[in-house]
Amino acid sequence: MAYVAVKGGERAIDNAHRWMADERRGDQAVPEISTAQIAEQLGRSVDRVMAEGSLYDPGLAALAVKQAQGDLIEAAFLLRAYRTTLPRFAATSPVETATMTIARRISAVFKDMPGGQILGPTTDYTHRLLDFALEAGFTPQAAEQAEPDLAAMPRIHDILGHEGLIEADQPSDAEPFDITRQPLAFPASRDARLQSLARGDEGFLLAMGYSTQRGWGGSHPFVGEIRVGEVAVEIEPPELGFAIDIGDLPVTECQMVNQFAGSRTQPPQFTRGYGLVFGHGERKAMAMALVDRALRASELGEEATAPAQNQEFVIYHCDNIEATGFVEHLKLPHYVDFQSELETIRRMRADAEREMAHESQEAAQ
Amino acid sequence: MNDDTLLSARGLNLRFGAVTALDQVDCDLWPGEVLAIVGESGSGKTTLLNVLSGRMAPQSGVVWYRDPNGHLVDVHAMPAPALRALHRSDWGFVHQNPRDNLRMGVTAGGNVGERLMAQGSRHYGNIRAEAIAWLEQVEIDADRVDHLPRTFSGGMLQRLQIARTLVTHPRLVFMDEPTGGLDVSVQARLLDLIRSLVRRLGIAVVLVTHDLAVARLLAHRVMVMQRGVVVESGLTDQVLDDPQHPYTQLLVSSVLSA
Amino acid sequence: MNGYNFAYLDEQTKRMIRRSLLKAVAIPGHQIPFGSREMPLPYGWGTGGIQVTAAVLGADDTLKVIDQGADDTTNAVSIRRFFARTAGVATTTHTAEATIIQTRHRIPEEPLREDQIIVYQVPQPEPLSKLEPSRAETKRMHGLSEYGLMHVKLYEDITRYGHVSISYDYPVMVNGRYLMAPSPIPAFDNPKMDMMPALQLFGAGREKRLYAVPPYTKVASLDFDDHPFRTTRAPQVCGLCGSGVSYLDEVVTDDKGGRLFVCSDTDYCETRRAEGHAGTELAA
Repeated sequence: MAYVAVKGGERAIDNAHRWMADERRGDQAVPEISTAQIAEQLGRSVDRVMAEGSLYDPGLAALAVKQAQGDLIEAAFLLRAYRTTLPRFAATSPVETATMTIARRISAVFKDMPGGQILGPTTDYTHRLLDFALEAGFTPQAAEQAEPDLAAMPRIHDILGHEGLIEADQPSDAEPFDITRQPLAFPASRDARLQSLARGDEGFLLAMGYSTQRGWGGSHPFVGEIRVGEVAVEIEPPELGFAIDIGDLPVTECQMVNQFAGSRTQPPQFTRGYGLVFGHGERKAMAMALVDRALRASELGEEATAPAQNQEFVIYHCDNIEATGFVEHLKLPHYVDFQSELETIRRMRADAEREMAHESQEAAQ
Repeated sequence: MNDDTLLSARGLNLRFGAVTALDQVDCDLWPGEVLAIVGESGSGKTTLLNVLSGRMAPQSGVVWYRDPNGHLVDVHAMPAPALRALHRSDWGFVHQNPRDNLRMGVTAGGNVGERLMAQGSRHYGNIRAEAIAWLEQVEIDADRVDHLPRTFSGGMLQRLQIARTLVTHPRLVFMDEPTGGLDVSVQARLLDLIRSLVRRLGIAVVLVTHDLAVARLLAHRVMVMQRGVVVESGLTDQVLDDPQHPYTQLLVSSVLSA
Repeated sequence: MNGYNFAYLDEQTKRMIRRSLLKAVAIPGHQIPFGSREMPLPYGWGTGGIQVTAAVLGADDTLKVIDQGADDTTNAVSIRRFFARTAGVATTTHTAEATIIQTRHRIPEEPLREDQIIVYQVPQPEPLSKLEPSRAETKRMHGLSEYGLMHVKLYEDITRYGHVSISYDYPVMVNGRYLMAPSPIPAFDNPKMDMMPALQLFGAGREKRLYAVPPYTKVASLDFDDHPFRTTRAPQVCGLCGSGVSYLDEVVTDDKGGRLFVCSDTDYCETRRAEGHAGTELAA
């Protein structure tokens, strides 16, 4: 066989793209799915892609889900690669979740509180039975919705805060760190950590949060409150000098109330872990709050021994776009390096065999 | 301070919240001298060791060290690289748990050779020969040079740590309970080894121990600490045979009655 | 390409990268953190190298992209097309014609010149990463020039195997100060880095680090006096061009142990064949 240098890479790539497009479309006898259908009917996928892609745009996220054939990490990657080309206009003011238009609000620490428990749309009490009615197509009945009382919906940590029972927010006018523009250094500030967690992989954070519950850096968490709804987003252009509302954003917020810190001279207080994600994502917001609290171990004077308490470990590895790239890059050709390993191992084996032959010769004499 | 003082501390203070770890501590050490700091746990003796060795900063006070060129340097005002260089060459630190200092996945030879390599030794054969010589000095068979420390007994690990520390011929070694956690018979052999090495090589040692018998065997002088205060100090025999301070008397009598 | 700036990145980002590169050139071998951007290629596919190339690329440049020494491997093709599309620059496969060469895993056989820049794609910029996982700790070790740990690794290799077992990404000391990862080039290529007339730039996108070796800088592979650094290549000659000095790829020709050895640097091999050299495979 005569050796022919591998040529035609370009043609192979073009063909691969065409094949992919064909596979994505699937059987053309089946109607094509629209991005509007994805945005409306696969909302949780779209929310997750926006969170991990760190760009709020349901239309583009739906397009990414479609283009990625429902591969959500790939979709988040598409969204991020688009996001990075966008100009950065301003940092918004902190969103005020106390004035959220609430769809759901529950607390696990008080039976009742001002504003009450609002169950909202949830699968918490759904029996996980496959619903074959959905297969045939299904028109839902309208649910009864009470108008939430916005005025009487204080956040649980504000309620605890009145008594000084929980650590207070540390207000800051400083512009937040931007992990998309600045390289991280460790120890990282909390704003940088929260940003990393907010776009971190849901599965990774879930596992890390779970590990803290199983004794790997536990912090006795209670769900102070989870609230889901829309918050106003405001920016304050320096030339105006006052804030303007640029739109509403659906978010899920989780406030964990954790074990207290203090001493005989410093009154003990509950500590907090915080989670906030785009759209409706309670699992991610809760996991984020557990991990946020775990990562605060050092600043709260706790010994940081568990993986979830190790900033470098968690922050460097929670990004699924970076992780998938580096894991999958092993598919790329490595034959030059492998060749150098082959030559090295052959040389070492030859040395070892010479040594063995030498020894047996000596033994024979 | 004399012209030949090796290490000298004045007015060291350090508090952790409500706890006083060091209260106006002074201390001097001469070349080749072994100084034991004794006291119960919580007395501040380990904190003092860490402050003297520059691993922990005092809130006030100063630690002077006379470098090999005869210059006095302020240990806590040194740039980090200079302090690290000191720790890598002219100083040594022997931990209570040898695993805190040894690399358990690296052969005995690599462990002993590391400080030589950090100082710039670049001849494999020489490094290895030096490592073997040091293993023999601490009574470890030369044919263990390529073995991993995890195959070593507790006493051997501690001796390996000592070889790793002494390979650069430090003038000053800090030791934190070097015989703690070992069986009595193993302790005796190790103490004997430390004593002969220190005498032969003329190394100055600051030794922290809660065990007065260890202090008696190794130290020229003793400092007794209680709640961050040096309550008594002097020649070892003098302090242990004729303790003046009630706390020292209590320590000595509790050893006798034990 | 419509809707995108020249060479994809916006000018502000390119300026930011160039500022970091200037720092990197000023401190040879020292890793400079930079605000790495998300690229439309996955991390691990050369996002760092692409950002560096984008930042230094001008309209008059001629670009060559190689992966494993070859111009026609899929990733090299893909990156070359990316710049042809986004910057419209001339591209070439000839080492001598290129002003900028972006590479993954090789340095061309033909010596580079003062008027050329070589951009390395770097998966892991931290040479100590396999020995010490914490970047806070390795940063301290670089700051204090504490590289004893790396020598311990070499000592252990010699003790265990008789020689150093690192065959690629073989650590180097740059200008006698910083320990540096040369990227996963085979150790065979390390000597080419020493006193190279061309500017060498390194980009690690995922790890968000840049570093550089300025022209004519000392680059020494770590070793011991009595176990000097040595390179390995397959002992054969190239089956196509007959070269006995180039780095060779091993191609499996059948399932009975049949092998063919050919130059990994495709341009070098083609140039030699054009000059009339022939290996056994072509002569047959």
